[in-house]
Amino acid sequence: MLQQISGSIAVANAVALCRPEVIPCYPITPQTHIVEHLSSLVKSGQLQDCTYENVESEFASMSFCIGASAAGARTYTATASQGLLYMMEAVYNASGLGLPIVMTLGNRAIGAPINIWNDHSDAMSVRDAGWIQLFVESNQQALDVHIQAFKLAEALSLPVMVNMDGFILTHAITRVDMPDQEQVDRFLPPFIPRQKLDTESPLSIGAMVGPDAFTEVRYLAHHKQKEALTIIEQQAEEFANIFGRDSGGLVKSYFAQESDIVFVAMGSVVGTMQDLINDLRSEGYSVGILSLRSFRPFPANAICNALKNAQQVIVFEKSFAVGMGGILASEIHMATQRYADIQGVQISSVIGGLGGRTITKQSLRKLVDKAKQGDLDAEVFMDLEANTVVRELKRQQDEQSSGPVAENILRDMGVVSASKTH
Amino acid sequence: MTQKNTAEQTVKFYQTGTFTVGNRLLDEEFRTVQATEERSNSIDSGHRACQGCGQALGARYALDTAMRVTNNKIIAANATGCLEVFTTPYPETAWSIPWVHSLFGNVASVASGIAATLKAKGDSETRVIAQGGDGGTTDIGFACLSGLFDRNDDVLYICYDNGGYMNTGVQRSSATPGGARTATTMPVGEHPGSSFNTGKFLPAIAMAHEIPYVATASVHDLHDLERKVEKAMSFRGARYIQINVPCPLGWGSLPAHTIKLARMGVESGLVPLFEAEYGELTQSTKIRYQIPVEDYLKAQRRFAHVLKPANVAQLETIRALAEKNIKRYALL
Amino acid sequence: MTVQHKPFAITLDVGSSHLNKTGSWRSMRPVYVDRLPPCNKACPSGENIQGWLSLAEEKDYQGAWRLLTRDNPFPAVMGRVCYHPCENTCNRGQLDVPVGINSVERFIGEQGLTHNWQFHAGEDTGKKVMVIGAGPAGLAAAYHLRRLGHQVTIFDAAEKPGGMMRYGIPKYRLPREKLNAEIYRIEQMGVTLVLNHAIDNIERSQQEGNFDAVVVAIGAQKSTHIDFSGQSSIPILDALSVLRAIEMEKRNPLIGRVVVYGGGNSAMDVARTAIRMGAQDVTVISRQEEAHMSAHPFEIKEALEEGAQLLCLRAITEINGQVITLERLKTSEEHHSGHSHGVATGELETISADVVVLAIGQVLNDDCLSATPKIVVKNHTIEVNNMMQTGQDGIFAIGDAVPSQRSVTTALGHGKKVARAIHAWLNGKTYQPAPQNEVVTLDKMEPWYYSDAPRTVQPHLESMRRKNGFAEVLGDLDQDHATYEARRCMSCGNCFECDNCYGICPDNAITKLGSGKGFEFKYDYCKGCGMCEAECPCGAIAMVTEDI
Repeated sequence: MLQQISGSIAVANAVALCRPEVIPCYPITPQTHIVEHLSSLVKSGQLQDCTYENVESEFASMSFCIGASAAGARTYTATASQGLLYMMEAVYNASGLGLPIVMTLGNRAIGAPINIWNDHSDAMSVRDAGWIQLFVESNQQALDVHIQAFKLAEALSLPVMVNMDGFILTHAITRVDMPDQEQVDRFLPPFIPRQKLDTESPLSIGAMVGPDAFTEVRYLAHHKQKEALTIIEQQAEEFANIFGRDSGGLVKSYFAQESDIVFVAMGSVVGTMQDLINDLRSEGYSVGILSLRSFRPFPANAICNALKNAQQVIVFEKSFAVGMGGILASEIHMATQRYADIQGVQISSVIGGLGGRTITKQSLRKLVDKAKQGDLDAEVFMDLEANTVVRELKRQQDEQSSGPVAENILRDMGVVSASKTH
Repeated sequence: MTQKNTAEQTVKFYQTGTFTVGNRLLDEEFRTVQATEERSNSIDSGHRACQGCGQALGARYALDTAMRVTNNKIIAANATGCLEVFTTPYPETAWSIPWVHSLFGNVASVASGIAATLKAKGDSETRVIAQGGDGGTTDIGFACLSGLFDRNDDVLYICYDNGGYMNTGVQRSSATPGGARTATTMPVGEHPGSSFNTGKFLPAIAMAHEIPYVATASVHDLHDLERKVEKAMSFRGARYIQINVPCPLGWGSLPAHTIKLARMGVESGLVPLFEAEYGELTQSTKIRYQIPVEDYLKAQRRFAHVLKPANVAQLETIRALAEKNIKRYALL
Repeated sequence: MTVQHKPFAITLDVGSSHLNKTGSWRSMRPVYVDRLPPCNKACPSGENIQGWLSLAEEKDYQGAWRLLTRDNPFPAVMGRVCYHPCENTCNRGQLDVPVGINSVERFIGEQGLTHNWQFHAGEDTGKKVMVIGAGPAGLAAAYHLRRLGHQVTIFDAAEKPGGMMRYGIPKYRLPREKLNAEIYRIEQMGVTLVLNHAIDNIERSQQEGNFDAVVVAIGAQKSTHIDFSGQSSIPILDALSVLRAIEMEKRNPLIGRVVVYGGGNSAMDVARTAIRMGAQDVTVISRQEEAHMSAHPFEIKEALEEGAQLLCLRAITEINGQVITLERLKTSEEHHSGHSHGVATGELETISADVVVLAIGQVLNDDCLSATPKIVVKNHTIEVNNMMQTGQDGIFAIGDAVPSQRSVTTALGHGKKVARAIHAWLNGKTYQPAPQNEVVTLDKMEPWYYSDAPRTVQPHLESMRRKNGFAEVLGDLDQDHATYEARRCMSCGNCFECDNCYGICPDNAITKLGSGKGFEFKYDYCKGCGMCEAECPCGAIAMVTEDI
C-alpha cells in the first residue's frame, strides 16, 4: 500500500508489522518520531502482545533489550548519537551475548560541540561492537531493511543496527510502499530463540570467560559475521521474491563495474550521487557508485568485485577517525590489498556532510572533475572553510589561552557577537 | 507458646529451637526452606566464593525461598560482582536456575526487560529477581534501579550489601559504613577510614519511590529473611530487599564468624531490619539481645583504628548512628 | 563447523560446577561429635538426662521412662527427693535458669506409675547375690543386678523397705504410695525381700544362703550425739529417731517449743515435720551463717515460709531445765573455703524449749561387720576400692556406709556401679567404665538460636495449707508443662537435628540424611570455613586439622 509518510513513521509501521514483543525507548533527536509512533501503536492496541516501556536512559534501554531478548522476546529499540554512546557498554554486551535485538540508529553527529544533525560518527563509533550494521539510502529501503533485520538477527542470533540518516531520511516525507501483514508474516516467521531464560530448561547466560577460551569466543563472533555475508544476500533475494522489490543486500552497484571513476558511499548521500551521475553519464563521464548497504559484516569481496574495473575510487564518508582519516576509506584500502585485480586502483578519501552540512551535487561534481584530471588528493575535507581554520590555527599558535575553538569560529563567522577582543 | 497457669513466673527464658534453621521439634510450617532436603540449591556446590562468604549464603537463601514460593518459576539476573564471578567462571556454572549476567550497572534494566517479555507473553507465573552487590546497586546501577522503581516493573531487586567493592579488592562504595577501612579509604591522615556523613541508605531511597515493598534482612536470621522474601513475592511490582552479607575478606573477619557478625551488626543497632509497604514503615525486627557497637567493631579489622583511643570521636559517631537507627526504626 | 545450539563458553549448562571440587581448599575439616552434657556428668546416678528429655520433648514418655530407668529405678521418688546436682551444672543456668530436670523426671516417673510400666529381669545367670539393706543403695543394686540376670535377695532389719527414703524423708516430700509402688516394681522383677531380718555375721549368712557375692548397703544409721553441760529437764532427741517415730506413727515427741540443732537438710526435715505435727514454736539453731548452712536453700526457704525460726551463728553451750544457753559466734576470717565454722564471741543468750532435736549427723553402725575382719572400717566408713569392693573378696559396700557424698542419688549411682562391678567379678573380669566424652561448656555453643519464653514453675501449694498436714509440697507438672520444660533442654553437646549446619553451609557441603539419621559432610566441597562449628547451637561439631 502506497503511503506518503515520514521515514520515521514508515519505519515504526514496518517494525510494528514485524510483531515486536518488547520495545524500551528513550527519546533522542532525530529518532523520537519512531518511538513516539510505536508508543501510540501499542497504547492504542494496534500493536498487540507488545510491552512498550519508557526507560530512563539509553543505557537502560539497551539493557532492557538484553533482558527481554534473553527471555525470548523479539525486541526493538532506536537511538542516535550521544544516546548510542551512553548505551555503548550494553551495545557490546548485546552482541557478546548473541542476542538478536534490532535497533534503528537515526544517524547523527557526536559532540562536543553538541550537534543534532546528521553524519555517521555515531555508527562508526560502534563499528567494532560486533553488531550487524546495515545502511539505507531511502525511506523505502529503511522500511524494507527493518523487516529483513529481524529475520537476519534471529537467523544469526546477533543484534542488527539499521542506520538511517537523521532528518534527511527520518524526517523526510516521501511515498513508500507499505507491505501488508500477511506478506511480512510470510517473510518473517515467529521468533525461535537460539537460547533463552526458561524455567523449564535453565541455563546460565553471560559466564566469565578467561584466557583459555576468550580467543575462540571472539573468533566465533567474527566467523558469525562472515556467515552473515551469505545470509544477507539470501534474505535480500527472498525479500525480493515476496515483496517484489530489490532492497538490502551487501552492496548496490550503480554502474560501478563499468566506470572509471567510482564513488563508494553509504546512506542517503547515494541518492544525491545518483542524481549527479545521471547528469554526468549523460555528459559522457564514466562514473558510477558503489553503495555499501552492509558495513558490518564488511563485504570486502563484493566491494572489490564491484571495483575491479575502476581506475579511480572516491570513498565518500560522513565521519572520520580523528588523527587517522577516513574509516571506510581505510577499510577499502585494506580490502583492495587482498584482492590482486585492483591493487593498483587510486583511492581518495573524501570526508563530507559532517554535522549536517549540506552535500551539494556541485561539490561532488568538483570531486569527479578533479579525479578525472588525476588531481584529487588522497584525503579531502569537502567544503572545508580554509580561512576559518587558518585563522584559528594562527590564534592558537599566538596565544596559549586562545579560548574555545567552536566559539571562536562562530565569532569569526559573525554568528555570535565579538565580545572578546581576539 | 502461650501460658495459662497463674502460678507461673514470667521471666526471660529460652526454648529450644525456634531460631535455628529447622529443628525436628518444629511443625513443618515453622521450618525454613533451607531446612528441607527439597530446597532448590539455586547456587550449588563447586562455586568459588571465599570461605565463609555471606553473599553465597544470602543469595541461596533468597532464591531458594523465591523458588519455593513460585513453584520453581524464577528467572534471575545478576550484576557483575563477586556473586557473578564466583558462580559462573567458564566452563562451570553453580546456578541451577535460569540466570543471566549482562553488566555491572544494568541488572535492574535487564530484569525489567525480562519482566517485559513475560508480560508480553502473558506469563504471570514466572517471576524475575535482579541481584547485585552494594556497588552495583547504590552506585553504578543506581539509575537503572531507580528507573525500575519508577516504572514499578514486576521485579524483586535484591542487594547483597557487604559495604564495598570486594570483587575488585575492597574499595569504598556509597554503602561503605563511616570509619571503615577500604583500599581507597585507608586508616591514615586526620580522618582515617571512610568519611562520615556520606553514603546512601538505599532502603530509604527505595521507600521514597513508594514501591510496594521494601525490606532489610540479614543472613543470621533465616526465618526473618525467608519471611521477607516470601512477603516480597506476594506483591506485584517493584520490590527491594537489602540483605546484609558479611565479607571475611573485606571486613577482615574470620570466615567462621560470618553469621555471627551479621547477628552482631543487627544486635548492635547498626544494621536495622525493617519492612515498608508503599513507602510506609510497617514493621521492624526487634533486637533480641542488644550489644555494644564495640563488640561488633572489634571483630573486624576494617574498624581496628576506630577502637584506638585517639579515634574515640569516630566511635562516638558510630554509637550515635546505632542509637539513631534504634530510635528511627523502633528496634528495641 | 557444526551448528552451535548455545553460544560457546558464554552460556553454560546447569550443574557444571560440581566438577569443581572445592574441598581441596580446606585446611581444617568439620566433624560431628558427641560431647558430654554437664547434667549427665554431674548426675551421681549417671542418668542420660539429655536422652530422656529429648524423648520427653517428643512426648514419647515411655521411651523416656525406659531410658531413665536404665540408670535409676526410682523416677517418681527421685523426681521428688533428688537435690538435682544436674540442674546446678545445666548450661542454661548461665543464660537464665536451669532446665527443671527434676520436675520432668517426676512427671515421667508418674507416667510410669499411671501406666504401670514394668521392669524386666535379664536372662538368668544362675548366680546369687545377697544385698544387706533395702535402702536406696541396696534396692538400686538389686535392680541392676536383676537386670543383669542375677538372683537377688535383700535383707533388712526394718519392717518396711526403703531405708532412709522411708525413715529419713518426711511424707510431705515423698508420699509413701509412690515409694511403695516403685519398690514393689523392683520386687516384681523377682527380687526377694526379707524384712525384719538383721544380719549379724555376713560371711555366715552368705555361706548359708549360698550367695556368690554380697552387697553391704547398711547406710549410716547411728546418730551423732553431744553431751551438753547443765541439768536439762527436757528430752534431747536425735533427728533420725524422731523422723522414724513419726513415720511409724508412734507417739509424737515434737510438742510445744521445739529447738532443732543443726544446719543440714535433716534439721529442716525435723523443723518442717514439727510444724506439721502441731509444735507451738520451732527454732532451728545453726552454727553457720545461712549462706553456709549445708541444707539446700529451698529447704531453708520453705521452712521459714512455714513458720520456722532460724537462729544462725549460735552454739548451744549448756541446757539447764528448759533454758538453753546459746553463745553467739562470728564468721571466721578464713571462711573463703566455704566450710566456715563460727568463732566464739563470749556473748551469751538464752531461749526456752520443751524438746531439743539434734540434727548434727549420722555415722555407720558397724555391729554387723565385727565378724568379718577383712572389711576395714576407718573414720566410721567402710573402705572400698574403686570397684566398691571391700577387703573381703566378693563383698562389696555402697551407699552411706562408704566414703562418699550422702544422698539418695549417690546411693542409686552406687547401686548401678556395684552391679556392674559384681557382674564383671562374677565373670572373672574387672569392670571398666566406658571413657567419658569431653564435657561441653557454653562457650562451645551458640545459645542465640534458643528462643525466649516464660518458664514453667512447678505449681506450689499455698504455704498455709502446707503447714497443716503432710500433703505434698510440690505439685506435678501437667503434660504441656512437662513437654515444655523438656524442650528447654539445649541438647548440649549432642546434635538435635536443628538443621543449622545444613542450612548455613555456603557451599551446600552437607547432606541431610533424614529424621533421626543426622547429617554428613560432603568433603568434596567443604572449604573448611568453620561456620557450621561456630553456629552449631549445641556444640556438636568440631574442627580438626587436615593432614595435608
